[in-house]
Amino acid sequence: MSDNNEQANNPNNDNKYLDMDLLRFTTAGSVDDGKSTLIGRLFYDSKSIFEDQMEAIEKSSKGSGEEDVNLALLTDGLKAEREQKITIDVAYRYFATPKRKFIIADTPGHTQYTRNMVTGASTADLAVILVDASKGLLTQSRRHAFISSLLRIPHLVVAVNKMDLVDYDEKVFNEIVSEFRGFAKKLNVSDVTYIPISALKGDNVVDKSENTDWYNGSTLLHHLETVKVDADENIIDFRLPVQYVIRPNQNFRGFSGRVASGHIRPGDEITVLPSGLSSKVEKIVTRGEDLDIAYPGDSVTLTIEDEIDISRGDMIVRKNNVPTVRNDFEAYVCWMNEKPMELGKKYILQHTTRTTQVFAEELVYRMNVDSLNQEDADQLKLNEIGRVRLKSSQPIFFDAYQINKKTGSFIIIDAATNVTVGAGMMRAGSTVSKKPKSSSNKRKSPNVVWEPWNIPREEREKRNGHKASLLWFTGISGAGKSTIAKQVERRLWEDGKQTMLLDGDQVRHGLNGDLGFSPGDRAENIRRVGETARLFFEHGNIVLCTFVSPYAKDRETAKSLFPEGDFKEIYITCNPETAHERDPKGLYKKAEEGEITGLTGYDANHEAPENPAITINTDEMTVDESVEAILELLD
Amino acid sequence: MSERKKQTHLKELEDEGIYVMREVAAQFERPVLLFSGGKDSIVMFHLALKAFHPGKVPFPLMHIDTGHNFPETIEFRDKLVEKYGVELIVGSVQESIDAGDVEEETGPDASRNALQTTTLLDTLKEHQVDAALGGGRRDEEKARAKERFFSHRDVFGQWDPKNQRPELWHLFNGRKNPGENFRVFPLSNWTEMDVWQYIAQEDIDIPELYFAHEREVFNRRGVWLADTEFVNRMDDEELETKTVRFRTIGDATCTGAVVSDASNLEEIIQEVASARETERGNRHDDKRSETAMEDRKRQGYF
Ligand SMILES: Nc1nc2c(ncn2[C@@H]2O[C@H](COP(=O)(O)OP(=O)(O)O)[C@@H](O)[C@H]2O)c(=O)[nH]1
Repeated sequence: MSDNNEQANNPNNDNKYLDMDLLRFTTAGSVDDGKSTLIGRLFYDSKSIFEDQMEAIEKSSKGSGEEDVNLALLTDGLKAEREQKITIDVAYRYFATPKRKFIIADTPGHTQYTRNMVTGASTADLAVILVDASKGLLTQSRRHAFISSLLRIPHLVVAVNKMDLVDYDEKVFNEIVSEFRGFAKKLNVSDVTYIPISALKGDNVVDKSENTDWYNGSTLLHHLETVKVDADENIIDFRLPVQYVIRPNQNFRGFSGRVASGHIRPGDEITVLPSGLSSKVEKIVTRGEDLDIAYPGDSVTLTIEDEIDISRGDMIVRKNNVPTVRNDFEAYVCWMNEKPMELGKKYILQHTTRTTQVFAEELVYRMNVDSLNQEDADQLKLNEIGRVRLKSSQPIFFDAYQINKKTGSFIIIDAATNVTVGAGMMRAGSTVSKKPKSSSNKRKSPNVVWEPWNIPREEREKRNGHKASLLWFTGISGAGKSTIAKQVERRLWEDGKQTMLLDGDQVRHGLNGDLGFSPGDRAENIRRVGETARLFFEHGNIVLCTFVSPYAKDRETAKSLFPEGDFKEIYITCNPETAHERDPKGLYKKAEEGEITGLTGYDANHEAPENPAITINTDEMTVDESVEAILELLD
Repeated sequence: MSERKKQTHLKELEDEGIYVMREVAAQFERPVLLFSGGKDSIVMFHLALKAFHPGKVPFPLMHIDTGHNFPETIEFRDKLVEKYGVELIVGSVQESIDAGDVEEETGPDASRNALQTTTLLDTLKEHQVDAALGGGRRDEEKARAKERFFSHRDVFGQWDPKNQRPELWHLFNGRKNPGENFRVFPLSNWTEMDVWQYIAQEDIDIPELYFAHEREVFNRRGVWLADTEFVNRMDDEELETKTVRFRTIGDATCTGAVVSDASNLEEIIQEVASARETERGNRHDDKRSETAMEDRKRQGYF
């Protein structure tokens, strides 16, 4: 509501800062892609440089014989680095516009510095990946994109820089975009924005360029100012890692910490881990007034109704929504030290506010960050990333990193040197590394011999004129699974394909009528569905399954029934608020009124797939666009 | 589900600062809060009050007194200590000089700023401090941009820029060997503007020096210095009476004033928003060389 534009653009006015929010982003690019110049440009054009800083860099530029003022000097840090003309660590920079304050984690682009990129990415809401238009998409940019997706940065910006060197040619831009798109399909990123810029000349950085009339999108700064980040928060699963106990006198015991995720109110039932004891929240205390509700990120102090022993390292959660509690787990680990990770060696694990001993049991594989291939390895060295099975001496309380960064991340510390040597992102609950042959681990008919199908699937496929396939739609109620799946099936059918659609509500009326919604029943539900789907699959169908299927390990079980590559996980997602509004089956309303509990997307988790064939965000894509994207998977 | 209110940047910075305060109290045995009487250390103390409410701040304040402070600063410090009933440790540069640990600089630019380092390190050692909370911000100076929240110092109190621990998410590793310690910066992510806005939002009391007042000053290489007994004013440096205020409050010998009419917080915020110079631009000691700050940091400066 700015009836006065001048005022909106002037940071000097009124108490505007009381509505500003914060965006943390990271920048990455190969050496000389223009990262420093870009940051200098952002500062310069958004008027975040002071005269004395400008004078200092003018002096420096002259000193080293450069003709123009080198904006890159603004962000160069330590003396030695400046002499070598390189940046070698993560540096944090700050600027603000009337809308937002920005924190930039500026990471260097050298091959060997995966470690710094991971560090910079760990706190970022958005990543700006620089690509030099005159050089095209290099290995480096792919690596940045991969690390951003591994660290679950929800928003990517591909800034195609040095457009001035290619005459602002739309074709060059489009080629880079389509190449990046192809690559990004393999990654878990849902929001990518492409912007043609020249950091040196200023095109599309802060001001819209006159040289790129073919480009209708936002400038970089405008995008940074308007990208929505509050939707990325997990406001469902309440987790409060206890940091500190405040006990000024006998009458007061408060448990302090920063809400990692979810929300809580006085009167809500809570459980304390590891003791498992339950109570209710009495008050949410702050130095001002007591709060009615606490949200993710809030630093608060809770008092509870009963006298329970709680100390640092414990976790307060909701009674019916607890994290995984285990002492063995799998994680993607980035190694950050010259001394390689040793299997079996005792390290210290720091996870939320809890520390415990830990050792690596198995290096499942090492990831090639350039080709994305999984490689056999017996060592994890500096700047390498691998999937590792770990065991801790005490149980820890965690969620998969992809659904909860705060409770799914940890660092590894060398007990002898106290140095941080590794960083990890935890995977969903189970540690199954061998695939079960049958989906039921308690097979009750061990003497039945497997008989091949009378008419093999290949023959049926030949007659049908297409391959059999399985599309597994997973996501919370109201995300849009059924709507999209029905249209996809309709299109396939009209195209002459043999299809079948299995839907959650259908099977729960018949085949699975005896099952409820406990984790055990949910697992059995998915197991039966998987087996049923397999029958249709062997019959040559393109089978579409639409199931909430919240647990990654259940889906993993279903997946293991199908040949590699034929089971395509389709993750349908949207902002929880949108799903609650849509509420196609009235379930959220019921949950709100307390009629049902354990509703996925309300008071229970949905574990997002780690490597879906495709992620469809229905806040951002229309049904038609979604259908097209899914059909493409079958080509 | 209730509507999620959007966090303001100040709220997020505050939550982060409180989190850091609590980590320090939980991870260390003998932390102190370095208190200069300046706005950054006052904001830090405010965060500490919030972090431990309704309990008391569980660590003492430590002031490294150059002996060249403005009287207003010392007065403010003493009032605050009394009001909140916190312990105060004072490390005196004068004592270090008297003990012969350091030598007083001479000449017109003589300042005790560099000498503080020795006094600081000695005082930390004397009180077996294992973590010292400092008000340093990364936006202050280029060398600070890479500083960690938890900054490890070796047994000599030295900072090694090549050997700092990576800091991921909000997992702060405060483990150390005996004799080593940490400098911790809860305001790392704040800018000068954020600090002022926060002071206004929270209505925090700060020394009068920050607001415009009349004072006798003289100009030395573009910096307005106050005429005090501690500064060697040259014959050709003429005194003038000006309406000025201070953007930082440090040692009177090297803290420059700015000519300003800003007499309340909103006016200061407006002035900062349209300022043409960083606050350190007025610090005489930084003008000595371009990498001055970095050199001091290696030696263990705050
Ligand atoms: N022509 C052109 N040159 C640029 C552009 N951006 C940066 N450069 C130049 O590329 C070189 C490397 O830039 P720098 O910002 O130091 O790269 P960094 O290593 O990624 O930080 C410098 O010579 C810049 O002047 C641009 O948009 N167009």
